[in-house]
Amino acid sequence: MNVVVLLKQVPDTESLIEINADASDIKTDNLKWIMNPYDELAVEEGIRIREKLGSGKVIVLSVGPERATAAIRTALAMGADEGVLITDPALGKPDPLTTAKVLAAALKAVPFDLIIAGQRAVDDDSYLVPAAVAEYLGIPMLGMVVRQEIRGGKIQCEQSLQDGTAVVETDLPALFTTQRGLNQPRYASLPNIMKAKKKPLETKSLAALGLDAAQLGADALKTRILSLAFPPQRKVCKMIAGETVEEKAARLVQTLHEEAGVL
Amino acid sequence: MSDGILVVTECADNRFRKSTYEVVSEGRRLSDQLNTSLTVVVLGSDVLSAAAELKHYGADRVLVCEAPELADFDSDRFTPILFDIVTARQPKIVLFSASIRDKQLATRLAAKLHAGLAMECTGLALEGENLIATRSMYGSKLIAKVALAGTPQIAALRPNVFPAAAVEKASEIERIQVKLVPSRIRLIEKRQSVAKLDLTESDVVVSGGRGLGGADFSVLETLAGLLGGVVGATRSAVDEGWRPHADQVGQTGKVVSPKLYLACGISGAIQHIAGMSSSGCIVAINKDSDAPIFRYADYGIVGNLFELVPAIVKQIQK
Repeated sequence: MNVVVLLKQVPDTESLIEINADASDIKTDNLKWIMNPYDELAVEEGIRIREKLGSGKVIVLSVGPERATAAIRTALAMGADEGVLITDPALGKPDPLTTAKVLAAALKAVPFDLIIAGQRAVDDDSYLVPAAVAEYLGIPMLGMVVRQEIRGGKIQCEQSLQDGTAVVETDLPALFTTQRGLNQPRYASLPNIMKAKKKPLETKSLAALGLDAAQLGADALKTRILSLAFPPQRKVCKMIAGETVEEKAARLVQTLHEEAGVL
Repeated sequence: MSDGILVVTECADNRFRKSTYEVVSEGRRLSDQLNTSLTVVVLGSDVLSAAAELKHYGADRVLVCEAPELADFDSDRFTPILFDIVTARQPKIVLFSASIRDKQLATRLAAKLHAGLAMECTGLALEGENLIATRSMYGSKLIAKVALAGTPQIAALRPNVFPAAAVEKASEIERIQVKLVPSRIRLIEKRQSVAKLDLTESDVVVSGGRGLGGADFSVLETLAGLLGGVVGATRSAVDEGWRPHADQVGQTGKVVSPKLYLACGISGAIQHIAGMSSSGCIVAINKDSDAPIFRYADYGIVGNLFELVPAIVKQIQK
């Protein structure tokens, strides 16, 4: 069974984000990049499925700039078998639907039984790419999965809902998205990091996928970032002091009631 | 000719989610601005009586889609129904709540229509007939202005941000003949947890971090219960197994905007701040006066949370 994992490289969640001079994008120099944390769950789950079945491949697929190869290498070091990066200067900054179109086109050349994707990328938080990939491929999608089991050409998933979970089943091929709790992603060991350097990692252009860069260009974008800004700054934190615990508690409650109006 | 605004509601057990009223109200506001009509869709198995309530929130028309097969949410069944409605009525704008359920529905509908979608919006404006969405990115680290193009333009609104406003309208209720498509997804079992308000919808969130030192969050539970709020947790508290994953607040968990956020025993890691910095009022309780959390809080107390939180509970009870 072949599992394809959709992967995105994102800025480290522990990093502060800075905005460029014309406020159109973030500053990317000096930024540390990581694999999207929800995609780590996807890579781990893909590897576990292959290990359990004892056959098949885990193929990592990404759309992004050249530097995204580092995130793919990390997935290969965790234990994925192959990587494919779609990179093309003509793509510019694709919106989620464009990214999904490119991924769907790339998936035509990759035989798969299952696609696993992070529920969202923690940079643009759009949630749209997995749903659109499933739509363009005409396969069922199960969102926010915390547990899965594959048996006889079917996949059963436990999905996280607002008030609990639901166990659902669908036929393969299918796509599911990850929710925290699905697994604990492994760390890549040093020998595996070395081994990963020899694993196949292919880079493809849009033309190689039979896509017309002009059609995917800025004019076709349905969403476009106009400007970025920082959230409004808060005033300096007002420290509540007091001689005793009771005094501090009383002052806080009084302040929240009278000054902040939240109690 | 596209016209009008369509709002998709979320109804369970004959009751709308709190966020539904917020989205309907924002739909009303935009409809007035565009001088167009507001149509609201209700999907479910027994939703007619609930649907009537929407006239108090400014709906001009309520479309009721009822079928026994719609009792449980199934994006495979719900999406085509919405697709048909949008295709037939050609709204310019479609609004959802960014609840867990409707994030799925909004993304699937956007994909099927190949329409632009702005997720987790915190503000909407119009430029001509086009939507300009304000939304946070990188958790709440940045705020982006996003221009949508094409028809329809879809926005999913972050719960707890938009006000719900009562506006009386003589709503027309229209029952839609639902064309059901077979679903590829079979529901095996529903595991309902104890009904509690979701973190993203609660007015008060009391969160705990490593400073709790273990899985006993009872001091926070008591305070949250007293304030009608819910308990949240940091990534490290969740990673330790002290709290379920659903409770995690942060860039890799839930992004919340309650009126009051109490951070107890939380140092203030950047990825946690990204999940709560859009809260109304932030109170930090930490024994370390140098903890970064105080830089992001409105009010701070240095001290032992196991003494302070019960003392705060006592004060509120007075």
